[in-house]
Amino acid sequence: MSKRVNTPLTEEAVKDLKAGDRVLLNGIIYTGRDAAHKRLADMIDKGEGLPMDLRDQTIYYVGPCPAKPGQAIGSAGPTTSGRMDAYTPKLMDHGLRGMIGKGLRNQAVVDSIIKHTGVYFAAIGGAGALLAEAIKEAEVIAFPDLGAEAIYKLRVEDFPVTVIIDSQGNDLYKIGKEQYKK
Amino acid sequence: MREVNVSEITDVVEKLCIDSNYYLPEDVKKALEDALEGEESPLGKEILQDILKNQEIARTKNVPICQDTGLAVLFLELGQEVRLIGGELNDAINEGVRRGYEKGYLRKSTVDDPFMERKNLGDNTPAIIHTKIVPGDKVKMILAPKGGGSENMSALAMLKPSDGVEGIRKFVLDTVEKAGSNPCPPIIIGVGIGGTIEKTTLIAKQSLLRNIGEHNPNPKIAELEKDLLEQVNNLGIGPQGFGGRTTALAVHIETFPAHIASMPVAINIQCHAARHLEATI
Repeated sequence: MSKRVNTPLTEEAVKDLKAGDRVLLNGIIYTGRDAAHKRLADMIDKGEGLPMDLRDQTIYYVGPCPAKPGQAIGSAGPTTSGRMDAYTPKLMDHGLRGMIGKGLRNQAVVDSIIKHTGVYFAAIGGAGALLAEAIKEAEVIAFPDLGAEAIYKLRVEDFPVTVIIDSQGNDLYKIGKEQYKK
Repeated sequence: MREVNVSEITDVVEKLCIDSNYYLPEDVKKALEDALEGEESPLGKEILQDILKNQEIARTKNVPICQDTGLAVLFLELGQEVRLIGGELNDAINEGVRRGYEKGYLRKSTVDDPFMERKNLGDNTPAIIHTKIVPGDKVKMILAPKGGGSENMSALAMLKPSDGVEGIRKFVLDTVEKAGSNPCPPIIIGVGIGGTIEKTTLIAKQSLLRNIGEHNPNPKIAELEKDLLEQVNNLGIGPQGFGGRTTALAVHIETFPAHIASMPVAINIQCHAARHLEATI
């Protein structure tokens, strides 16, 4: 049974989420992967304004395929999150609350999630065609020169994700593995 | 000598790029269906159902299974009685990749240099081309787009001969455990043992082209494949790393004679979007 959650994420909504919950996200989310994260972090370091207000927002780690005629976006599954770990605490200090990706995070990210009442979701890696169906609108809002790595503003409807790290630091990757280990 | 115009190769490569990214091979689909039957975790079952649904959407809507449409890895088997005419072979292959990735709305994922500017080249070339000269007058091409997520979790070890089969076993299990959820499990594990550093890596990758359910013809190696699959699945990582019985769909081992001093082992990890497609001219 999936829970419906709206974005931007409120602190109350995030507190309610537990590692292992299946969630359907509705609202606006932003894309960003390696190159965009590096640029956002550089802008923060230089004290420059960011292309979007990060407060309570969710970033989806994805570099989509080009849209075919009639599509809002091409196939759009998650990329490996660990490559963003170096930048995540800085972005969370600037208001970021949610992240969607796949794969392991480091301790600094877990600590930052607990500190800011954040949440790390996973979307199904390799299910790019399925996930694109839940993305209704896509617009490039920053760094168009990065192509697939530009920052897109996405409007999603019932976008399926699973809570991996909840605001208390519980980690589904650890819990799930322990449960089924033989 | 049979003459083959390289423009035919361009056309075939273009089609292989598109079709391999849209249509998951039947053996992989069947392996996922079998995994769904055997999966104990309710969440794991849901994930496997979604993965199967995803490949169905890709197949019916003619869109990429995964947004990471990979580097274009081409295994080319060139008959020694073929004379190529009409242009340069590598250019022809790269032109096929360029057209396929553009016309198929596939993502372009190559960067020009690996550690400086990393500027996207914009056309997904160059292809990674492995050529083998074989008897006959045919040109066989197998295109296997390879995503970054699973490739990044691959590993190589120059083991000592005295490490034996237990050393190989430990290396495989450690590599899969360390990779965890990163390479999009359920995965296929390609293992190359023997040869030199580049040979062992190449045979590990080639083993991924084998149909799931087929084993190495050597019964002892086939036994090791089955054993390792069970051990890997006992790690509990499960579909997408959420916990469960299905961490891997298969373990494929290929071997090659080695130096008296060496036992190189390469592990090439493949995600569940195990795409490959072949055509012959």
